[in-house]
Formats: sequence, C-alpha cells, structure tokens
Amino acid sequence: MFEIFTVDFMQNALMAGVLVSLISGIIGSLIVVNRMVFLAGGIAHTSYGGIGLAIFLGLPIFLGASIFAVAASILMAFLALKYKERVDTFIGLIWATGMAIGVILIDLTPGYNVDLMSYLFGSILAVETSDLYTMFSVFVMILIFVIFGYRNILAVSYDSEYAHIRGVNVGLFYTLILVVSSIGIVMTMKVVGLILVISMLTIPVFIAEKISNSLIGMMIVSGLISTLFTIIGLMVSYYYNLTTGATIILVSVVGMILFLTIKKIYDLFKRGTIA
Amino acid sequence: MIKKILEIDDLTFSYDDNNVLENINLSLNEKDFLAIIGPNGGGKSTLLKLILGILETKNGKITINNQNPSLQLSNIGYVPQNTNINTSFPIKVIEVVLMGHISYKKPIFGYGKDEIACALGALAQVGMEKFANSKIGSLSGGQRQRVMIARALCNHPTLLLLDEPTASIDVDGQKQIYELLKELNKFITIVVVSHDISVTLNYANKVAYINKFLKLHNNINKFSTTPQNGHFCEVELMQMFRNKNV
Repeated sequence: MFEIFTVDFMQNALMAGVLVSLISGIIGSLIVVNRMVFLAGGIAHTSYGGIGLAIFLGLPIFLGASIFAVAASILMAFLALKYKERVDTFIGLIWATGMAIGVILIDLTPGYNVDLMSYLFGSILAVETSDLYTMFSVFVMILIFVIFGYRNILAVSYDSEYAHIRGVNVGLFYTLILVVSSIGIVMTMKVVGLILVISMLTIPVFIAEKISNSLIGMMIVSGLISTLFTIIGLMVSYYYNLTTGATIILVSVVGMILFLTIKKIYDLFKRGTIA
Repeated sequence: MIKKILEIDDLTFSYDDNNVLENINLSLNEKDFLAIIGPNGGGKSTLLKLILGILETKNGKITINNQNPSLQLSNIGYVPQNTNINTSFPIKVIEVVLMGHISYKKPIFGYGKDEIACALGALAQVGMEKFANSKIGSLSGGQRQRVMIARALCNHPTLLLLDEPTASIDVDGQKQIYELLKELNKFITIVVVSHDISVTLNYANKVAYINKFLKLHNNINKFSTTPQNGHFCEVELMQMFRNKNV
C-alpha cells in the first residue's frame, strides 16, 4: 500500500506534505490562539497578488507570494493594533485588493495561460526538489522563532495587556507572529491552495486544543495530526484519482468528526463509571 | 517611621477635552489597604492605569517608593479586571504565574530554576500549588483569580493593585479572595477597585470614592456623623446602615 511512495514525484509530495504539516501545526496554533484566523485568510488571498507579480516579472512564485504575504501581514498587524474594532473591514479590503492585483497582472502577462486551479487548490504533486529546500528553510526559521521567542509569544498571545506591563514589546511580537505565520501560509498554500489553507491551519489545531495543556504541546500534537491527515489524503487521492488538496481537507474533516465522536463517547463512559 | 508607598500629587488627567480625573491627591503608607469605589466611568480604571504607567501623567505627579512608576514596575503587582477571557487557551497554571517575571532581563529560552521555584512559592501563598500543572481553563473563577494574584506576587511587589477581583465569582469565592488579601496585607500595600462595598468595608482601612474627584474616607470603621461638604456616597450609606444595626 505504501509502494506509491517509490514514484519520484510522490516522494517529493510526501516530503513536502510532512514539512508543510509540521509548519502548519506550529503557525496554525499561533493563529488560532491569537484569534487571527480571518487575518490568516486575508494574508493567503492577498498573496495571490504576489503570485501575479511573480508571473508578470518572471520571478520565482514563492518569492513573489512571500513578499506580498509579508507586506500584507505587516500592514494588517499595524491596522489590528491601531484600529482594533474596524480590523475586519480592513482585512476584507486588503484581501480583495491582493486578489484583484493578481488577476490583472496575470491578464497583462503576454501568452501566459495560467492554471489558476493549482494556486486555488494546491499542487502538491508538482513540488520540485528546490521547493523542498525552501520549505525546509522556512520550517527551521519558524522553529528558531518559536524556541527563542516562546516566553514572549506565550505572554503576548495569552494576555497582551499584562505582557505590556511586564515590559514585553507587544506590538513587535504581534507583528512577528503574523509575519512568520504569513511565510508559513505561503508554504502551506503549495499543498492545499489558498482557498483551503485555512482548514489545514485550523482543523488539526482544533483537535490538538482538546488534548494538550500547553502551547508547545499543541504545536507538536497538531503537527503530528496534520502529518497523518496529509499522508492519508495523499494516498486516497492517488488511488481514487482525486484533487490532492481537497482530499487532504476532507480526510481532516472526517478525522475531526471521528475524534469528536470518540471523545464524546469516552467522556460519557468516564462519567458513567465514576457515578 | 512609616514608609510611604504611593504618593499622588494634584493629578489631573483627560483623554481629550474633558477631565476624567481632577485634582487627585492620595497618599498610601506601608500596609495600607485602600478600596476604590465609584460609578462606572468615574475614573477608577484610569487611575489604576496611571499608577501602572500604562497611561502617562501630564498634570500632577505620581510616585511609587519615591520614584516614577515606570521605574517601579517590578515593585507593582497587578491583577487585571477580567480573568475569564481566553479560558480555552492551552496554558498551564505555572506558565501563567511565570508571566509575572519581567521578561527582557532573563534568558529568552525557557525558564530559570529560580523563576520556577519563585512561581511555585507564589502559588503556595495563594493555596494553589497543587494545581501548578493544570490547564488554566479547568479551574473555577475563584481559583483562576487566585492564580492571577499569584502571578502578581511573583516579583515580590510592595504594592498590589487589583481591578474588580471578585466581579465574576460566587459569594464563597469572594470571601476567600478577601481573606487572602487580608493575609497578604500583612506585608504588602493593597489597592483594590471594587463595587463590592460591604465586603470592602470589612477589609480596607481606607476607602476612596472616585467620580472625577477623589474623596478619601480614613478610619472607616469609626462611624462618622453626617455627610460633610455635600459629599455623600456608598460609604456614608453603609455607615448609616451599620449604625442602625448597632
């Protein structure tokens, strides 16, 4: 059943899947605990402008998307800190502007017949070895950020007002969390696409939240759960010839429903034995 | 000699054109227990934020241990108003308490052994050491409030500020919190903002009524006769009730 991973492009897909799962486990945890899910969606869609720019100028796609994602995250962090109540309006605005720029730039690129679907829904089967190096570098960068900034990240995420009183630079760390997440989002988009990226960032975290009692534990558990879903999704999509990104998401949803059902039964059982 | 902990001189503060606080004068000594009462929007939280240095004073002066509040942050413990936010956050009790240490002078990677020992000590002070490794969301409101007090005690403050510490806690829990504060008051100066006037009167030795202006009631356990200078607030009301009971 694992012989599919002897095929060259499937090996790349597997490695990309694992790397991106670990990345999304970490940044997904940060995004969920900071209630930044809508911001993350905004960043993912804005980065389509960067994809358009990269195609127009002939730059690497990752580079163009990352530039747009980082710029969008800095702008959004600034707006979120300054205009807390109106931030949803601004996110919507940036979201649409980024996508529109992307569409127009691709229109203006002569003779380019873009496969829009691969950006919207991911193209894990088209991962090249150079992409793997990029993903690995990003993974290491995120790890360094989390390990060395853990105390401050935890303080800002849990209680930013108190962190401020204790001398933590809240604005800086809030922005860093978003910037680091935005680069991770660009990597995750390669696997599941910009539309489905949100569910890859939230479903494993939602499960991990129920069984972990620390932020670092949540990151590890959701990374592992995400890896499991991705591998199963890859295999199912290969054998049934389905779109990989969408299959991974549906596997995750089924996994989540199974988990919640088992947990519910377990809780009932536990209560029953105590009584 | 009695040591002065907090001194506020002629403080006036406004967010825009209208003064929120006007001509505030207040002096607290070692082991004072001040309760701040007053209507919503009367400036209670603003005063706390000024003491904490979150807001900057423009007119007037605040000194803590004879220094600017920003230099005395490590000597102030603070328990914020709403501790029921973020209860699904995956964080252990001990990690919440460890937030109380000032971070920028310590190593960024992990926590020091002395810091952990100190945090466990603070938890023991509030009777919550057994819960050190529990998830914060699994505690009751009163227990969580005690953890927040432990967090504030983490850096051994000389002044402890609490903003409505019993707002969302049942009656038993409220009593426990106030008994705990009474214990802590033996060596820490306490300022508590509370609507809970009856409880406050039993524990505080000073009560400040703030509604733009500050009216201080010293020796509140002695019955004062009639309201003076046109000032009449819950303190007088409670004293009248108390007098009837006697």
